Amino acid sequence: MNWEEIFIALPKFWDGALLTLELVILACIAGFIIAIPIALMRASQNWWVRNIPLIYTFFFRGTPLLVQLFLFYYGAAQFDFIREGFLWPVFKEAYWCALIVFALNTGAYTAEIFRGAIQTVPHGEVEAGVAIGMKKHTLYRRIVLPRALRMALPSYGNEIILMLKSSALAYTITLMDLTGVTRTIIARNYLAIEMYFTAGVIYLLLTFVFIQVWMRLEKRLLRFQNV
Amino acid sequence: MFDLQGFGPQIAFGAWMTIQVALGGLVIGLFLGLLGAAAKLSAYRFLRWIGQLYTTVVRGIPEILVVLLVYFGGEDVLNRIAESFGYDGYIEINVFVAGITALGLSFGAYATEVFRGAIQSVPIGQIEAAIACGMSSPKVFLRVTLPQAMRLAIPGLGNLFQVLLKDTSLVSLIALPELMRTSSIAISNTREPFTFYLIAALIYLSITCVVLIAQQYGERWANKGVRQVRT
Amino acid sequence: MKKIALALAAVLGLGVGMANAGDTLRIGTEGAYPPFNGIDKEGKAFGFDIDIANALCAEMKTKCEIVAPLDWDSIIIGLKKKKYDAIIASMSITEERKKAVNFTDSYYSNNLAMVAKKGSSVDPKNLSGKAVGAQRATIAANYVTDVLKGVDAKLYDTQENAYLDLASGRVEVLVSDKLPAYDWLRTKEGKGYEFVGDAIDVKDKIGIAIRKKDDDLRMKLNIALKAIVANGKYAEINAKYFPFSIF
Repeated sequence: MNWEEIFIALPKFWDGALLTLELVILACIAGFIIAIPIALMRASQNWWVRNIPLIYTFFFRGTPLLVQLFLFYYGAAQFDFIREGFLWPVFKEAYWCALIVFALNTGAYTAEIFRGAIQTVPHGEVEAGVAIGMKKHTLYRRIVLPRALRMALPSYGNEIILMLKSSALAYTITLMDLTGVTRTIIARNYLAIEMYFTAGVIYLLLTFVFIQVWMRLEKRLLRFQNV
Repeated sequence: MFDLQGFGPQIAFGAWMTIQVALGGLVIGLFLGLLGAAAKLSAYRFLRWIGQLYTTVVRGIPEILVVLLVYFGGEDVLNRIAESFGYDGYIEINVFVAGITALGLSFGAYATEVFRGAIQSVPIGQIEAAIACGMSSPKVFLRVTLPQAMRLAIPGLGNLFQVLLKDTSLVSLIALPELMRTSSIAISNTREPFTFYLIAALIYLSITCVVLIAQQYGERWANKGVRQVRT
Repeated sequence: MKKIALALAAVLGLGVGMANAGDTLRIGTEGAYPPFNGIDKEGKAFGFDIDIANALCAEMKTKCEIVAPLDWDSIIIGLKKKKYDAIIASMSITEERKKAVNFTDSYYSNNLAMVAKKGSSVDPKNLSGKAVGAQRATIAANYVTDVLKGVDAKLYDTQENAYLDLASGRVEVLVSDKLPAYDWLRTKEGKGYEFVGDAIDVKDKIGIAIRKKDDDLRMKLNIALKAIVANGKYAEINAKYFPFSIF
């Protein structure tokens, strides 16, 4: 095991890890913002309101992230009207393509998680809200959403970890995230095991730190919940 | 727009390879999942520790890294095991075996948790009754624990299988000719990435649909005779 | 514990072969580098490299098995792990690679070239800030990252993906081996593009990679190579792909 080469490569790994974190954090925030309205729509009584977003979540949950990335990055660029359109500066940059696809992907999974949570909010609490005359939007703002989001915390935490791991695919569209840096280093020094081992350790560290933070968050937000 | 330009058979072959990889990974994953659950529920602290190590490490690193590590490191491990038995030759792993092993390892780590939760949810009274009847340990496991645990495990396992199905696309990155790789080959000849990746996406969706339906049948079968909550 | 390890090894043994598989020479190639190596509709490898491989094997009177497609990034690692015995995949002979593997005599010459859109005002001497693409783990990539300073380097897993991005305008300049680029410029997608600047790295030679210990294989391949050049088979294959000699 060639520890020396690992040490030499550490600064590059650091840069890669930073890009990975940047992509994951931004994608998760965007995904969260997308997920709430979609989740509310998916929990609706109206057949149309419920099933139109289903096309979105079904597509993004039913196809591999790799296909979504390639379709968006290489596939879109096949068409003249995209290359000459006003959105080209967005499609042109691998960074934005990755961010948008990641956001849409995590948004779809998160929406389904939130939908499940919304549908599991104890009906008694909703009834109590209606009984004291709350309007619909207040009901959602004060009762349903806070309750649902708290219930969704463990599953949502899992989804964020999955997003962190899925972000490793960003290298396939030329981004130098942690995995991209690793592959590029290996292309020069052929020390596959050492480099992948180091990358694995770094991902584990990131996951571990995140889990600790998330557990603190859960403890605090669920502190009035009798387990 | 959907003119496959003669690559239809190759794409179909790729889709079939995807299914084979998924099934291979499932078999290995179920096996490892049961082993892992057994380890985590064992009375020996060492086994519990190994189980914990397995699930934490494998669940914490990206699946693509597991694939790459198994592909490059797997042979070294196998050869060392073989050496310790005195085998003198050289064993080599082909891409397919590396792929299903890596995917199975990943699946197994998550499946361990599903099985563990399911086994622990079997009402302990039933186990006690079985032991009181004089059933031996293996018999208790096969006749009482496992059937009831399966009922609880199927939804979780079904979801994991769908994830596995999508993860097969990662094996394209070590050049196994499954759906993604054969699509790339078609694209390198036709220069129409959108067409072929869209077709690939639709094929994945269809396979997912089939699995979803199978999962529903599986749940119905496993829940025979059990009254369920209706909303 | 031993039992479990043995069982695992047995399970994996189902897909496992023994590496001393007799007299078949296994030749690895990437399959994503037309016209030198590509994969056709039936899933078979085709191209200059494959034709040379078959000619050499016929000359050496051994059976050949082409192993493709392969991931370019790990093709040398695969050779070291004995997944195949030789690499005939338009691999440049470089000092860096010689640390890991040995090469036969060269079977064609190459140089690097820059490709850009016709009429674009790209100045090869001053590319700072521009997006320049190349395939990862090639001498073109080394050129982009080591020699060209201040460029926005984009690396791709396959040459194909690099061409796709050049065609769509994501990279302004592509650095690649001249001969495949020559072939691409003749296609429909390549029509609006041209070479810019001078040829780079004119002394690049392409050889067959083999493991360091396989010196007798190296000698056999060298003898066979000299033979096919002498008896005209090489010229025949050359003419099939290029109107000029590439030796």
